[in-house]
Amino acid sequence: MDRFIYLDNAATTKTSPEVIEAMRPYFGELFGNPASAYTFAGNINSDVDRARKAIAGFINASADEIYFTSGGSESDNWALKGTAFALKNKGKHIITTVIEHHAILNACNYLERSGYDVTYLSVDENGLISLEELKAAIRPDTILISVMFANNEIGTIEPITEIGRIAHEHGILFHTDAVQAYGHIPIDVKHLGIDMLSVSGHKINAPKGIGFLYIRKGIKIEPLIHGGSQERGKRGGTTNVAGIIGLAKATELAAESLDKRAEYERELRDYLIGRIENEIPYALLNGDRSKRLPNNVNFCFRFIEGESMLLLLDQYGICASSGSACTSGSLDPSHVLLAIGRPHEIAHGSLRLTLSEETRKDDIDFTVDTLKHIIERLRSMSPLYEDFIKEKRAGA
Amino acid sequence: MSQTTEYSKKVLDHFMNPRNVGEMEDPSGVGTVGNAKCGDIMRMYLDIDEDGVIREAKFKTFGCGAAVATSSMATELIKGKTIKEALQITNQAVAEALDGLPKIKLHCSLLAEQAIHAALWDYAERHGITIEGLTKPVNDIDETEEFYQMEE
Repeated sequence: MDRFIYLDNAATTKTSPEVIEAMRPYFGELFGNPASAYTFAGNINSDVDRARKAIAGFINASADEIYFTSGGSESDNWALKGTAFALKNKGKHIITTVIEHHAILNACNYLERSGYDVTYLSVDENGLISLEELKAAIRPDTILISVMFANNEIGTIEPITEIGRIAHEHGILFHTDAVQAYGHIPIDVKHLGIDMLSVSGHKINAPKGIGFLYIRKGIKIEPLIHGGSQERGKRGGTTNVAGIIGLAKATELAAESLDKRAEYERELRDYLIGRIENEIPYALLNGDRSKRLPNNVNFCFRFIEGESMLLLLDQYGICASSGSACTSGSLDPSHVLLAIGRPHEIAHGSLRLTLSEETRKDDIDFTVDTLKHIIERLRSMSPLYEDFIKEKRAGA
Repeated sequence: MSQTTEYSKKVLDHFMNPRNVGEMEDPSGVGTVGNAKCGDIMRMYLDIDEDGVIREAKFKTFGCGAAVATSSMATELIKGKTIKEALQITNQAVAEALDGLPKIKLHCSLLAEQAIHAALWDYAERHGITIEGLTKPVNDIDETEEFYQMEE
């Protein structure tokens, strides 16, 4: 297989060579523990501080509001459990949405089992929450609103500014899982009224195992990882120096290229959506057309199942993902696709293609050409398609 | 979860090059099992001669790689067999013939067994006969207890 077309950048990205280069010394000669007393370690501590400052600047926060974690899931868990525990005397009600990542949904589920009350906001057919429903869900004991910045499956960008405003009008904290948005769309935490924000490094060409939680100054939060005095005593564990340096470098690169990259990806994304809609019948676009991540394409192809599509695409060197039950390890297809109203049998036939700045038009053309052929083949063996065609003929 | 690396070579072969895909103009029996909700539907067509030998078997499947591979293997296993012999082909036999299935895909082999039974049931009904040892298959495999046991 000569061709390798990676269209799963929402799952993870390649650590960029510049990031690896920036990290390299911290695996070798600069191995010291920044918490140690000697100059050798102190210099490393200064490097971590510089990295923290650079990252903070990118989202218009200050350095002491950035808390490094192992990634998105830890940040999400910490934001939810940490505030729930810290504010339990104020109230035990949390508002989130039905389309969150499982790091949020399963943490909420845990909190529900621990005596908290969670309201899950519904979404419309494009995956957008309703601000009216949000306002109506607020109670005197609501302590936290957690709504994702952009959805990982269908790419829909939520009305973050408005959510932040509503939360603050009611004196409620606002957390957002920005794992898919960070580095792809500009984020200004002050302007957007965000109190806590989760980020993962490996989605923006940093390595896996590093991320951060932005926590606005003055917010009460319990630690999730109790331990040493790292991260101002809020998150124990020896500092992941190389990871932090890598995340700062990846952030710097993402900040430099953001506008141009987003424009490039958006154009390619719309070209891909257009070709699929024009050339493949019974294809349904999932997610909002305009309020959408620049690199996200997600379709349901009727009468076929997602895993079989992925297996065939893999034969052509194309890496993609699906929300079918067979790829989730359960009997139910993606909770996000069900939430936007796709029936089970249609949700099983979903395909997500997520681009990067390295994706070329030629890759997109090859992918669509291959996809046309694969879908035709799978439909020719589908009893659902057989019935559909027979009914159509009988009706005509 | 990586499907490609979890499937045996035989499963991948039967998925990539499925045997006996298609419909039949005038089948002796046809049966559809499964549930679109769960993401698997199998339809099996049988052509059975006067001596009760399965001359031809065809299938159509909506489902994952394992669902297609088990359908393909099931049609291969029953071709040339008598009805009685075909009834002996269990889900385990289908899975074994494919050099095994990942645990979470075992229900696909049960679906293949059910598809054979459903097509035979239709054949018996059309001919007004009873086939010894054949019970009416449920259309929705979710309803069978065995299904849940296999999931564990």
